[in-house]
Amino acid sequence: MATVLILGATSDIGIAIARQWASQKFDVILAGRNPQRLKPFESDICIRYGVKCNSVLFDAVDFQSHMLFFSALPLKPDVSICVFGIMENEEEAFSDWQLTEKIINTNFTGAVSILNVIAKCYISQKEGTIIGISSVSGDRGRATKLIYASSKAAFTAYLSGLRNKCFSQGVHVMTVQPGYVYTKMTENMFLPKTLTSGPGQVAHLVFNAYLKKRNVVYIKWFWRYIMLIIQAIPEFQFKKMKW
Amino acid sequence: MKKRISNWGNFPVVSANEKSFVFIEQLHDLVSESRDFIARGNGRCYGDASLAESVFSTLKFDKILSFNKLEGIFECQSGILLDQVLEVIVPAGWFLPVTPGTKFITIGGAVASDIHGKNHYAEGSFSRYVMDLDIFLASGESVTCSSEINNDLFESTCGGMGLTGVITRVKFKLKKIESSYIRKKQFRAENLEELILLMDKNCGYTYATAWIDCLKKGPHSGRGILIVGEHALFSELDEKRKENPLRKQQSRKVSFPVNLPSWALTVFVVKTFNLFYYFRQNKSEVEELVWYEPFFYPLDDILHWNRAYGKKGFIQYQFVIPFEKKQGLFEILNRIAERDMACFLAVLKIFGKQESIISFPREGYSLSLDFPFRSGLLEFLDELDRIVIHYGGRLYLTKDARMKPDILQSGYPGLERFRQIVNKYNPGGRIHSMLSDRLNLVTN
Repeated sequence: MATVLILGATSDIGIAIARQWASQKFDVILAGRNPQRLKPFESDICIRYGVKCNSVLFDAVDFQSHMLFFSALPLKPDVSICVFGIMENEEEAFSDWQLTEKIINTNFTGAVSILNVIAKCYISQKEGTIIGISSVSGDRGRATKLIYASSKAAFTAYLSGLRNKCFSQGVHVMTVQPGYVYTKMTENMFLPKTLTSGPGQVAHLVFNAYLKKRNVVYIKWFWRYIMLIIQAIPEFQFKKMKW
Repeated sequence: MKKRISNWGNFPVVSANEKSFVFIEQLHDLVSESRDFIARGNGRCYGDASLAESVFSTLKFDKILSFNKLEGIFECQSGILLDQVLEVIVPAGWFLPVTPGTKFITIGGAVASDIHGKNHYAEGSFSRYVMDLDIFLASGESVTCSSEINNDLFESTCGGMGLTGVITRVKFKLKKIESSYIRKKQFRAENLEELILLMDKNCGYTYATAWIDCLKKGPHSGRGILIVGEHALFSELDEKRKENPLRKQQSRKVSFPVNLPSWALTVFVVKTFNLFYYFRQNKSEVEELVWYEPFFYPLDDILHWNRAYGKKGFIQYQFVIPFEKKQGLFEILNRIAERDMACFLAVLKIFGKQESIISFPREGYSLSLDFPFRSGLLEFLDELDRIVIHYGGRLYLTKDARMKPDILQSGYPGLERFRQIVNKYNPGGRIHSMLSDRLNLVTN
């Protein structure tokens, strides 16, 4: 039976993706900073879907541990999904280097560190799929999402390059660009209903895109065009905008 | 960020700060940061329970913790919906011990309302099957309780509308089934007298409920259809169904897209519907084998059906009166007809013996009535309250949005005891809702 690895399983999108893959009879490995906390998730997935499910310790910013983490996994995953990411108060992050560093180290450096390890393994066995959950924010940097957006932009660029590198080796890399999603992260934000998806919907669309071996998928689809318009705004105009 | 929330009746609407939690540590933080709060599940109670300025949604706290398929014991976090529980237990040959008319409620809500179903007379309410549960108190402490340990906390949490604390984990017993089908029987009754007679005669069935056409006056007042059922045994299935006795059927869901204008659901429309519904059954007695969903959850296939009542919403009025005082039922139906208070849906059930501090069920006839919100309704319901109390009955808190404190006091002899226990576990009244404020259930 095929196995999926969820890096960052405690997030709303992480658990939704884990459930989606489990419902398609994948065994699941949940990776998170606190495996004890993941115990209820583990039993939930085993009982609901009748698949195997393990939780393991994974810390995105402990780069040194990543090699050992991957080689010690109880099952070798056929699909690895990088879901983790943090969004902090941008004003605070701007004036506090430690916070800025934490955002970059989680969203970008940590992701690169673990995905390098996984990609190497997949390349050597000439199969496997890597899915990275980035964000539409990464398509153009702006003042109110300064650090978050730039870390996601870097991650998007990395995924694109990785796809290029792995393609000839039979390894598929998919970039997911979600727009607004109702999660704990956005609980206190006002989100326009028509542009926002639920975590379950995201998971469903990501799974369908995985089956179709898509390269870059926007969730929902119209975000691709929204971002195209935003990217088309000339810089002399864009720099004056407040958002 | 504040948003406007309301429960299923769409009345009242309140501007609230809604926060959710995935881990118990997050709940701990929420509780210590908030001055006051109330837990909220899927918002399927009808009135103002679980509404407050600050609500903690349990919907993300929805993990299954264990499921013993041999003994039928299920343990889960409180935010899981019955719908999801059924998905797991039915294929394994188990069923919910008690279920209300919708599967879109949480297990936490089932305990807080101490829900009853069509089987109360035979099998009691949900709390009877709860083995133990965890409750998160305002003090930041998580306490396990059951009918044996911390019994006072347990008894006032079952039916206690979330006022003792946040229910976080529930372990309960399931009911063994041989098939996912129900052997259903329907009887037509010309009037209320006949209906009650039929009901008493058929009380040997596990499930029984009656639909009443409330718009009918005169000699046919209270005509209706009694529906009874039993879980079908394997041997009662036909050959085709025997191949997969615990089958899950795909039901097609439609959604009510918008709020209807409040004039749309007129008496004329409902009269026509009632006529059609009553005479659809052309014989006075029919028997058939049906899948469990249409039997238990006939309205769940129409998502947002409450929108049919329009923006103003509706009130569901549910009361129970003792068997020996059944003239109260006649009096209430007459009063509705007299005043031309359009009541669009009426459901009659029978309750068996139950003694509890604050749970709604007690022995007698229970009638629930749906009234679209309009001017004069509140005053009219006050009149009905007096009749209910006169006949020794009580009202269901889960459905209530308007009862006065003295009516509650007269209906629930355990109320003082309930207040004392709530005060013990929720001192200072940090946990409160619009319902508890309106009825002075919590002392702050």
